[in-house]
Amino acid sequence: MSSLRLWLTDPNPTSRRQARLGQLWLAWLRIRRNSLAMAGLVIVALLVLVAVFAPLLAPHDPLVQDLGRRLLPPGTPGNLLGTDDFGRDILSRIIYGSRITLYIIGLVAVTAPVLGLLIGTVAGYFGGWVDAVLMRLTDIFLAFPRLILALALVAVLGPGIENAVLAIALTAWPPYARIARAETLTVRNSDYIAAVRLQGAGAVRIIAGHIVPMCLSSVIIRVTLDMAGVILIAAGLGFLGLGVQPPMPEWGLMISSGRKFLFEQWWVATMPGLAIFIVSLGFNLLGDGLRDVLDPRSSQSGSAPK
Amino acid sequence: MTTIPASPRNSRALSVLRQIATGFMTLALTLLGLLVITFVISRVVPIDPVLSIVGERATPAQIEAVRQSLGLDQPLWRQFLIYVGDALQGDLGRSIRSGEEVVSEINRYFPATLELATLGTLFGTLVGVPAGVLAATRPGSIADQIVRLVGLMGYSMPVFWLGLIGLLVFYGKLNWVGGPGRLDPTYDMMLQFTLTTYTGAILIDSALNGAWDVFRNAISHIILPAGLLGYVSMAYISRMTRSFMMNELGQEYITTARVKGMPEWRVIWVHAMRNVMVPLITVIALSYAYLLEGSVLTETIFAWPGLGLYITNGLFAADMPAVLGGTVVVGVAFVTLNMLSDILYRLVDPRART
Repeated sequence: MSSLRLWLTDPNPTSRRQARLGQLWLAWLRIRRNSLAMAGLVIVALLVLVAVFAPLLAPHDPLVQDLGRRLLPPGTPGNLLGTDDFGRDILSRIIYGSRITLYIIGLVAVTAPVLGLLIGTVAGYFGGWVDAVLMRLTDIFLAFPRLILALALVAVLGPGIENAVLAIALTAWPPYARIARAETLTVRNSDYIAAVRLQGAGAVRIIAGHIVPMCLSSVIIRVTLDMAGVILIAAGLGFLGLGVQPPMPEWGLMISSGRKFLFEQWWVATMPGLAIFIVSLGFNLLGDGLRDVLDPRSSQSGSAPK
Repeated sequence: MTTIPASPRNSRALSVLRQIATGFMTLALTLLGLLVITFVISRVVPIDPVLSIVGERATPAQIEAVRQSLGLDQPLWRQFLIYVGDALQGDLGRSIRSGEEVVSEINRYFPATLELATLGTLFGTLVGVPAGVLAATRPGSIADQIVRLVGLMGYSMPVFWLGLIGLLVFYGKLNWVGGPGRLDPTYDMMLQFTLTTYTGAILIDSALNGAWDVFRNAISHIILPAGLLGYVSMAYISRMTRSFMMNELGQEYITTARVKGMPEWRVIWVHAMRNVMVPLITVIALSYAYLLEGSVLTETIFAWPGLGLYITNGLFAADMPAVLGGTVVVGVAFVTLNMLSDILYRLVDPRART
């Protein structure tokens, strides 16, 4: 262990990999000092673990109905968080619901930033009218209220988990394009890019191999912060009945099904909301911490959170 | 030695004017883009607008007649031009559910949303700015931690869930506030039949009529949803205020003011605040715009007859003209607010007038 640490903190790394891992190690040390960020990391890690081991953790099948045991209050033996109107165990449904949440944010996290990076780097690298057109397009999407656009898109595409993801991703890319363009503009004219260009590299190679990596750290921070918003929008779509469809145990959908008997059986609607809140808080804490650690510049400037 | 010519007053005004002009160009382009998006959505939607008007038993001749009256027999670019022309004249089509003009329906629904969002922003600003200043002046203190945590919770909370809990606790259990809707049914009748409508905002209308019992009832209904939206906007405003204020307090002119022996409240609220105000205007305008949008879920929870509810109800009835009309109106409000804040920003901050 200690020899590994010495290797990681070696001021004279002998290979590129050692230097990179050393940087990661230092970043990790800085994150570990930030207790709020660590709390966020723990929550996110828990979400992943719960999703992976859902069949082992859940005491009941999330879909099997038992009308004899409907609307039992929390604390009932065998149903720790109570049951819903079909007698399904709420805890099990929340545990399985983590898979849906993870699926949604995973899909959004690999689509929206990629689209944004592509548009942003191309706009920044080529400049001129390409830049003008792409950035105007970005502005139009940015100017559009996000939830409403997602609603209108889902209305066209029809409800469902994939369509909800598509709608969210189509509304989430503009900030990434902005970030990527700004980063591209700062490195576009640097000497190392000129050197690569003199070696005969084409635009695709320069952008993919030498500009995109420079944008990654700010994009990753943004992704983490964005995930909280994505969870909330996905839950909102589910709540309105436009996202995941019943009987899937999606958290927003569970809240909306509990709304009918909110005043008598409060736990049906409140428990899944707690799960949404905790996970979204986790991503916010982690994103905040990552920003402080990886990007000290922006912790001072007031960049908008959305 | 050359003297720097003072910039003449009218050339500065001219540059501001020019910027406002470019702003309007941007606005027009953005709005055009918005119409392109809603137009595309309306054309790929799987619902046949003709069938939804004439019903399934119509003869081919009837269908053709309606198709022509809707302009659907024209080429696509022509249809788009007609759409833009209509939208510019304030015609967003007819609602399929009611057959009424979408614009006149929205006219009835919009004041409710505006009332809610305005009160929410007011609340968010009045609490958020002092909280942010408090946090900025004592970084790392307990107060700072609390403001930060409360803010983060506001970001992470699903609004519709918090609204349900609010209803459960304050209406269901404690009965401190009115339930869903803008008024109790009896007062609602009173409002419709005995009071004069001036603005559509119940709080203002009832006060102008001197109907204080209606006013009180309206307050008891609006306080929960407005407080909820206010909390969301407070989370954003307090966080931004903190970071702007921290930035200002590190400047040299603040040290100078302190060294002069100026009382601390004056340093913060007069000297630093003047500079914090500039970016803060943008933040408050943005959060107002977000509340107009974010009211979709809140209005569903509180059965608040505003634009958000109008859009979602339209969605479930497959009433695309209503949905897209509502989308366009929210989009226009959003874009206009953004631009107003931009202009205001330039007027307040001399550095931005370049």
